[in-house]
Amino acid sequence: MEMNKDNFEPKIVAFVCNWCTYTGADLAGTSRMKYKPNVRMIKLPCTGRIDPLFILKAFERGADGVLVSGCHPGDCHYNAGNFHARRRWIMFRKLLDFLGIDDSRIHFSWVSASEGKKFVDVVNGFTDKVKTRGPFTRFKKLNEEFIING
Amino acid sequence: MKIGVFICHCGENIGKTVDCARVAKAASWLPGVVCSIDYKYMCSDPGQNLIKQAIKDHNLDGVVVGSCSPHMHEKTFRKAVSDAGINPFLCEIANLREQVSWVHDDVEIATDKAIDLVRIAVEKVKRNFALQTIKVPITKRALVIGGGVAGIQASLDIANAGYEVILVEKQPSIGGHMSQLSETFPTLDCSQCILTPRMVEVYQNPNIKLLTYSEVEKVEGFIGNFKVTIRKKARYVDDTKCSGCGLCIQSCPVKKKALSEFDENLTFRTAIYVPFPQAVPNIPVIDTSVCTYFVKKRESGKVACQLCMKKCDRGAINFDQQDELLVENVGAIVVATGYKLYSISEKPADSPIKGYGEYGYGKYKDVIDGLQFERIASASGPTAGEIKRPSDGKTPKKIVFIQCVGSRDEAKGFTYCSKICCMYTAKHAMLYKHKVHDGEAYVFYMDIRAGGKMYEEFVRRAIEEDGVKYIRGRVSRIYPKNGKYIVKGEDTIAGVPVEIDADMVVLATAMIAQDDAPKLAQTIGIPYDNYGFFNEVHPKLRPVESSTGGIFLAGACNSPRDIPESVAMASAAASKTLVLFGSDMLEREPTIAIVNENICAGCFYCKKVCPYNAIEIKQIVDRNGNVVKEVANVNAGLCQGCGTCNATCPSKAVELLGYTDEQIYAEISALM
Repeated sequence: MEMNKDNFEPKIVAFVCNWCTYTGADLAGTSRMKYKPNVRMIKLPCTGRIDPLFILKAFERGADGVLVSGCHPGDCHYNAGNFHARRRWIMFRKLLDFLGIDDSRIHFSWVSASEGKKFVDVVNGFTDKVKTRGPFTRFKKLNEEFIING
Repeated sequence: MKIGVFICHCGENIGKTVDCARVAKAASWLPGVVCSIDYKYMCSDPGQNLIKQAIKDHNLDGVVVGSCSPHMHEKTFRKAVSDAGINPFLCEIANLREQVSWVHDDVEIATDKAIDLVRIAVEKVKRNFALQTIKVPITKRALVIGGGVAGIQASLDIANAGYEVILVEKQPSIGGHMSQLSETFPTLDCSQCILTPRMVEVYQNPNIKLLTYSEVEKVEGFIGNFKVTIRKKARYVDDTKCSGCGLCIQSCPVKKKALSEFDENLTFRTAIYVPFPQAVPNIPVIDTSVCTYFVKKRESGKVACQLCMKKCDRGAINFDQQDELLVENVGAIVVATGYKLYSISEKPADSPIKGYGEYGYGKYKDVIDGLQFERIASASGPTAGEIKRPSDGKTPKKIVFIQCVGSRDEAKGFTYCSKICCMYTAKHAMLYKHKVHDGEAYVFYMDIRAGGKMYEEFVRRAIEEDGVKYIRGRVSRIYPKNGKYIVKGEDTIAGVPVEIDADMVVLATAMIAQDDAPKLAQTIGIPYDNYGFFNEVHPKLRPVESSTGGIFLAGACNSPRDIPESVAMASAAASKTLVLFGSDMLEREPTIAIVNENICAGCFYCKKVCPYNAIEIKQIVDRNGNVVKEVANVNAGLCQGCGTCNATCPSKAVELLGYTDEQIYAEISALM
């Protein structure tokens, strides 16, 4: 069956912080809220730990979308990690255009530990959005070429 | 590396939606995995023994448990593997419950996702290495923020156990809202009579250092080792000289300029004042915004008034006093900053709350809130306990009480239930009936929520013995007419509109977080919810701990609480503090940053971004003592392991243990 936008299930990687969003996702679970199963979460201590290269790596490995989420500004467990993440994101965004990645494939959000419902909304909303963008193939080809040519 | 994978069914919690046997089988094919088992309850004793046995049988040096969230049982499984002789940090958790089985319905899809998560964890654990927990000493002193009933209780409990306590209170006196109350439900004992002895006990306890009129400015450090900066605001009265005689207060000519905060703006206070006669400490403060001396000095630079200084024979008045900044080292912090009442009529510009303009609070003098009624009913209040209208001092013959003003009201206030209003309204109506025998009391309510020991009985007593009339329904409008207030509402049980010509209206307004709660939360580094209430780590099992180690919560700063609950929480927070103080050394997670000195170029970007000032400059010297280069060095005591330095480092010389680049890239690569 050929992949088209209707039967396409995007692969989404989420980089989340341990204290807010991971705990918020746990709350969504504890509250038995249902959401779309496309997201695979990678837990980090803080969004400040996120190297923009993680996001590129995820795209290179075949992700169709990347979700980044941490504590709300001012609520960082480590005081300021999320501010650094935000600043880095502003710079990184400019680079994305250069790399030819549609920046709507990356979603940056704040989900606190008490926002299970917001987590669900973010995941569902972003999954739908990436679905409309279709599969991300640009880096896949590069990856294949790299493998073929060594 | 030999890795064991253990998939937990969690009874049916995981097993119902995830085909655990298929997950275990898929995991067994992963490179490096030598054994893969699924079991009904992995966290149970037999489950843990299964892991320990497998570690021995297969000589495992890495373990992945597919179970509930790591926030739940990571410690359990790390302990289990450590009991079996391998380093606890060689154990990783794949979250198959909160992230898979509880949030997805389709078995096929859920199982696929579970396999992905296990694969990620296996790839990570292959790159884990043994880490040793860090031991740090504990400063056995506690800081309590807030001197209401919760703060008082926590301070006394900790101090009586033999540890030093620093109690910081923003107001000039401790006592909090409880000192304003007339009587307390459901026993109707006088609030001040039960509270003031405890306030004095705080003052006299040699282990308690009381800092009133002070605020916490800065908190640095971490559990066991906080460094707190406290601003002791200038009182303009030397507390070492003042005897509390009160001559200064009597002499103050500023009688009608400042509203009394303690009397909820129903009366005036002088410019030099103590909030109430039983204040602890009984040392006045000068309100510089109204004091003639300060006002004149600001306006014209001239010296004026100074009557209080002339009256004081002890020379305690000091107009030149400055704010002091005190630095204290503590090991634990109890936050007990309480609540405030939502009492606005018009919507303030910067507030998300719409307010009850149609109830006329702030516009009609006899429409008051619950705390104002407490003051009117209190023997120490402006009317000496006689129920009188604020407008003309007449005894009201008809009072309407309205519950849920701002609570349970998404449109105009807050979604949550303020919990205490049902009870205090019943108490208010009862006190009124006890004092004005021929008076009529009406209560508009949505439901009566009287859960608590002797609470329901108390409400019934108000209705049955004291004849308070309860009307189920909301009030739409209040307007004055011929010296009375026409209250228009609906009786939803009878299904008819109701109109009452009341002499006075009391609004049971919502309990809300203090205005500066978010700011304080950010200062001390604890999370808070959308309403500004501080969050506990776990609503059921860890209700008094914040997610920041060593910081505990007590009372209404966490959510609306009544007095018994606040006191219980305070004692719980004190006992958590004492548990911490029970050992001399504290074990900390070793997931901190380390520097590879060979690669470090000494740019110190890491030092700039570190929120804890944990990065130091280390000089590398050759054998002759010449400095060859400067590199970054992580102070293990200060580093909290956020990893911001790791992401910032251009040469990747700083690595966060447990979350190294290698580990994370392996996780990403394992995804697809």
